[in-house]
Amino acid sequence: MNASVIIFYLISAFILTAGILAVTTRKIFRSAIWLLFSLIGIAALYFWMQMEFIAAVQIIVYVGGIVVLIIFSIFLTQKSGDEMPKPLKSRTIFATLAVVFGFAFTYNLISEYGFTSLNAQPLEVKVSDIGTQMLSTTEHGFVLPFEVVSILLLAAMIGCIVIAIKVKQQEK
Amino acid sequence: MNEISITQILFVSTALFFIGMYGLFTRRNMITMLMAIELILNSVNINFVAFNKYLYPGKLDGVFFTIFVITIAAAEAAVAIAIIINLYRSHHSIDVDDASELKY
Repeated sequence: MNASVIIFYLISAFILTAGILAVTTRKIFRSAIWLLFSLIGIAALYFWMQMEFIAAVQIIVYVGGIVVLIIFSIFLTQKSGDEMPKPLKSRTIFATLAVVFGFAFTYNLISEYGFTSLNAQPLEVKVSDIGTQMLSTTEHGFVLPFEVVSILLLAAMIGCIVIAIKVKQQEK
Repeated sequence: MNEISITQILFVSTALFFIGMYGLFTRRNMITMLMAIELILNSVNINFVAFNKYLYPGKLDGVFFTIFVITIAAAEAAVAIAIIINLYRSHHSIDVDDASELKY
């Protein structure tokens, strides 16, 4: 048990606790805040795996973007102090059963697979390497997905504006 | 660092995936269902990063997949919230049980 093992367990417990509270608490605003903590914990896990760039992207996009968007939409559509109605008991029971059996099945598969390299190699991910490979047009470059994703983002932006725009009332 | 195996990281991501599934099954409010989907996508990202780090340390493919998944999740969240706000304008509720015109 050295320090990094203990840090891993702490981060994992934090992620899972915040995740469970995010899906079970009945006040919707608290649910959003627990989701925020869970996402921060995942960013900490990326830092622990020495993927600083991914951790920074996670914090910028999820914590700074998506959670703020969700909180805005909560304020636009809900009375955030109210408690949500309790889910039906039968639905809770069947969801719990499905989740527990699915988890047991999947984790059984994972633990018996026997990965060839069980320990982490030192991996230096330089941002310049990411940028070079992202935009290279050679065999292992990612320039085509990059362009496709940029088109997708443009389409999503225009689509959001079209969907959420207020239609003007017809003047007499 | 050397004492945590990939199986333990996969335990965390699997648990997070099924927590998200539980939220998706039990919640009936569209915003909370969207939050559950975000948890599921994040567990997938943890998988990609862990596989890249532990099994293919010389490559960067998992990093790229993670970046693209994060981008698409952002686009998906934006479109979903636009739809939710539009639904709230027409139904004054964002419960999925109230939006059943197309069901039958």
